[in-house]
Amino acid sequence: MAMAIRIRVLLLFLFFLSLSHPTFSLYQDQVGLMDWHQQYIGKVKHAVFHTQKAGRKRVVVSTEENVIASLDLRRGEIFWRHVLGSNDTVNELDIALGKYVITLSSGGKYLRAWNLPDGQMIWESFLPGSTASRSILSIPTNLKVGKDDLILAYGSGSLYAVSSIDGEVLWTKDLASEGIDVQQLIHRHGSNIIYALGFIGSSHFATFEINAKNGELLKHDKVRFTGGFCGDISFLKSDTAVALDSTRSSLVSVRFRDGEISIEQVHISDLLLDSSGVAAILPYKLIEMVAVKVKEFIIFVKLTNEGKFVVVGQIDHTAIISDSLSILEDQQAIALIQHGDNKIQLTVKLVSDWSNHLIKETSYMDCQRGLAQRIFLNNYVRTDRSSGFRALIVMEDHSLLLVQQGEIVWSREDGLASIVEVTTSELPLEKDSVSVATVEHSLLEWLKGHVLKLKGTLMLANPDDIAAIQKLRVQSSEKSKMTRDHNGFRKLIIVLTRAGKLFALHTGDGQIVWSVLLNSLRKSQTCEAPNVLTLHQWQVPHHHALDENPSILVLGRCGPNLDSPGVYSIVDAYTGKELNSVGPFHSIVQIIPLPHTDSREQRLHLLIDKDWHAHLYPRSPEALAIFQREVGNIYWYSVEADNGILRGHAAKENCILQLPDEYCFGTRNLWSIVFPSESERIIATATRKLNEAVHTQAKVVADQDVMYKYISKNLLFIATVAPQAAGDIGSVTPDESWLVVYLVDTITGRILHRMTHYGSQGPVHAVVSENWVVYHYFNLRAHRYEMSVIEIYDQSRADNKDVLKLVLGKHNLTSAISAYTRTEVVTKQQSYFFSHSLKAISTTSTAKGITSKQLLIGTVGDQVLALDKRFLDPRRTLNPTQAEKEEGIIPLTDSLPIIPQSYVTHALKVEGLRGIVTVPAKLESTTLVFAHGVDLFFTRLAPSKTYDSLTEDFSYALLLITIVALVVAIFVTWILSERKELQEKWR
Amino acid sequence: MDKGKAIMGSGRRWAVEFTDNSASPSSRDIPDPPGFTRSSHDQDDSSVSKQKKDSEANWKSQKAWEVAQAPFKNLMMMGFMMWMAGSTVHLFSIGITFSALWQPISALQGVGKVFEPYKDNKVDLLGPKLAYIALNLVGLGLGVWKLNSLGLLPTHASDWVSSLPPAQEVEYSGGGFPLF
Repeated sequence: MAMAIRIRVLLLFLFFLSLSHPTFSLYQDQVGLMDWHQQYIGKVKHAVFHTQKAGRKRVVVSTEENVIASLDLRRGEIFWRHVLGSNDTVNELDIALGKYVITLSSGGKYLRAWNLPDGQMIWESFLPGSTASRSILSIPTNLKVGKDDLILAYGSGSLYAVSSIDGEVLWTKDLASEGIDVQQLIHRHGSNIIYALGFIGSSHFATFEINAKNGELLKHDKVRFTGGFCGDISFLKSDTAVALDSTRSSLVSVRFRDGEISIEQVHISDLLLDSSGVAAILPYKLIEMVAVKVKEFIIFVKLTNEGKFVVVGQIDHTAIISDSLSILEDQQAIALIQHGDNKIQLTVKLVSDWSNHLIKETSYMDCQRGLAQRIFLNNYVRTDRSSGFRALIVMEDHSLLLVQQGEIVWSREDGLASIVEVTTSELPLEKDSVSVATVEHSLLEWLKGHVLKLKGTLMLANPDDIAAIQKLRVQSSEKSKMTRDHNGFRKLIIVLTRAGKLFALHTGDGQIVWSVLLNSLRKSQTCEAPNVLTLHQWQVPHHHALDENPSILVLGRCGPNLDSPGVYSIVDAYTGKELNSVGPFHSIVQIIPLPHTDSREQRLHLLIDKDWHAHLYPRSPEALAIFQREVGNIYWYSVEADNGILRGHAAKENCILQLPDEYCFGTRNLWSIVFPSESERIIATATRKLNEAVHTQAKVVADQDVMYKYISKNLLFIATVAPQAAGDIGSVTPDESWLVVYLVDTITGRILHRMTHYGSQGPVHAVVSENWVVYHYFNLRAHRYEMSVIEIYDQSRADNKDVLKLVLGKHNLTSAISAYTRTEVVTKQQSYFFSHSLKAISTTSTAKGITSKQLLIGTVGDQVLALDKRFLDPRRTLNPTQAEKEEGIIPLTDSLPIIPQSYVTHALKVEGLRGIVTVPAKLESTTLVFAHGVDLFFTRLAPSKTYDSLTEDFSYALLLITIVALVVAIFVTWILSERKELQEKWR
Repeated sequence: MDKGKAIMGSGRRWAVEFTDNSASPSSRDIPDPPGFTRSSHDQDDSSVSKQKKDSEANWKSQKAWEVAQAPFKNLMMMGFMMWMAGSTVHLFSIGITFSALWQPISALQGVGKVFEPYKDNKVDLLGPKLAYIALNLVGLGLGVWKLNSLGLLPTHASDWVSSLPPAQEVEYSGGGFPLF
């Protein structure tokens, strides 16, 4: 009997154990329930249409995110897409032989051919070369060497002839050694000669004639132009070019016919009466015409057969021009876009007949898309044999539109491919007044849904029902509601893109709730070259100002340098309205959100300018009072990677400026850590997230012992490498390479811990949370990537072990501590091999910090891997004791396991992964994960499973029916027993 | 349910009254057997009744001691069960531990009731009662010890600090690389 109990106990225990075993994988039918994935391509810079065949019409594009994609011309969907590496910029794109997409990338180093229908790579050629030059791709028609069609690629100063069949380099001609800076390759139809045209120095124009069969240099000519060239050139025909002289005030026509070069110069003021100032040739590929920007205008200049310049047209300089497109009967058409209020005007003209236009269409354009930036023109033949036109337009916010007959056929929000910064905002609270009709309707729907689910559970559902259940689950209206939910799963993800556009995405299904192109971050007279910096939560109302909407602070800078003036705007998080925008004002080097809010729940921020003045925002007397009260405890630090210095600062009295400003404070240097420049160079830093919640300061280890965590928000992890090891992996030997990591307290500048990894090298990715740091680097000796963990414990609290005192509360464990008390710390650390290289690393965060943590690792394969923090526990040993096993310590292994089921992104890829952001949900067990790169991915994670809620597919109907059935059964048996008793009594 | 309660509550359904001293035969249904004279029996001397009473008291005190020792067996059983349950926290060990705690407590609450039937002014119930209480206390102690060995008693420092929030920091610092 006892044995049986024991066995039963064991079985039960095993059952519980199997339940508690962490499995993060999800079933096939759970995909899309709480995750969404969006694919983007980025800002398009080249587009080649492929519409000849009757089949699927498509456009092949390359983008500034180094993406090559083939898009459906009808809907704008992606047929196929390839994301090249982050430094593999696409320079040129073309279609060869009607079936290959040819790309030239990395400054002319890689030539690749992709299959047009499905995007498979056919071949790749590496074109070596060291001199940097512009890269030119030319695909001549009907130029054959043997059976191969030739592809000409110019890059790194050499001309390469590549076979289009297998990518073999047939011949190479080094032109840079001849001194020519090639601007164009020209092949005349039917001949075997290739002309390479360009400048030698700044005052010579040269033509090189090269035999297409073998790359032999047949002839070269050069001509000197005394005015000198500025570099702008445009080729009108196969024998004519127009260049600008070095003063940018005259046009120079260059004709190279029959081996002779003739040059003629015309002053722009002769063409245009009012044309003082500099001109620029716009880099459009126009044929028989050149577009020159002079002051506020673009003029179109033609060259007559006699060599005379004629101005044919003149438009406003904001207009956008397409490359010229050959249409029927050898005509050339170009498209122009001019902007109006909320609309754009598309005009298509023939080059030969400038006074008329083929089409003139006005389409409405959302002002949040900004101005058009590029246009690609394509034509089609209408049923009446005339030409129709469609235009692919790239807008200021990087979105892509297809316009046909004045209508926007489709649009893509490709700005989302270049997210700079992410934050989140709560949704509005649900209003109490909900009409009865909707309740009844939803009740019916609810019941229906549950009956369906019940059918599914009881395996009574037919395939149609199963499909309906799946659809119901995926498209649940519950998850895309615009109000806050009880579990905190529904939020707004607010993202700032490189184009200066702010998007609010709904966590439920990824829809764009609002988007706004920030005016303060657009090009204007006051702000010539704006770029976006970051965004912060400005106002998060939850106690005092509940009737106000939360708002977001967006920072930008007018110019590329640190000392360029800054701008900021405050945007309402519910509506996307720009509430306030200021600037340009002082420069912004650093932003420090302070842990204080004013009575309207606006967070105080310090903006540090390049002179190390601290400017307080919001600029209100209340904020100033709060700041002045707290100023003694506010510090900041700066990391100067170039000088290898870490400095600590504190604010002092108001700064001395020409105009007195009471919101500006001077700062004084408190401490500095100088890393010796001959042996160390700073490559990475990491700090704890500001809003991270930590549940407890104690860690209970085996046999009920306690260790006190050193939990400080002011902990800075900083990694340095040997200067010679700052390059790529493999550039140094293990002996001359080392990696030093420091843990620094940023208040006092005290180094809490220092550790050297000899024979190791960056890049270092690190994450700091609670009292631990995990970092990833490369071990040159072992030829493997490693991950290390450092846990830091407070030794000075360790003797707080008297139970009686703790019971009576006679301890000082919760009293406020100062960094100046010099806490004694101990660290524990361990390293493990890890087989992947990393793109990003992050950790899960939950509302109260009770749930155990997982590391979220963005792998080189653009996936997100969840790795339990328990694997990175410095207390792991080879043979843990029974007590340690009970505590959950895993036996030590030399490498970290990669469990395929623990990929958060399951079968999907977040191409070009750049960042992983985690946000706690209101439900303690759950954290929201948002990964962004070229693609976006969102999901919910429960690192310790959802221990505090029922699962999604829990059948409430089944529960209800069971309860009802039980109640009925009780009544029936009661009645029966009563009856039986009565009969017994009568007997 | 009601029937059962009735049985348990009143205790008896029928009883034979051995100490019936009623003198009148008319009050009985059954006539006395031949040769039995009630009067002679009734006039039995006091020594017999005294003897009888003594034996009854003896019997009662014996019974009381038996009852007092009953928890000992229970104790052994409990100890065995606890050993079987092991030292990890799961459903069985918790169930056994709590029953081990509950039994002595409920027994201690009902000390008076348990010894009710043996109450007699001639019988000294103090000894059995004390033994009974002591044994139950031992049982209780065993339960508490088990609870502790399962780690369910807050006797360690870790039990009191594990939910302490981290201490507030006086200073605040921010910063990092220059923004780009």
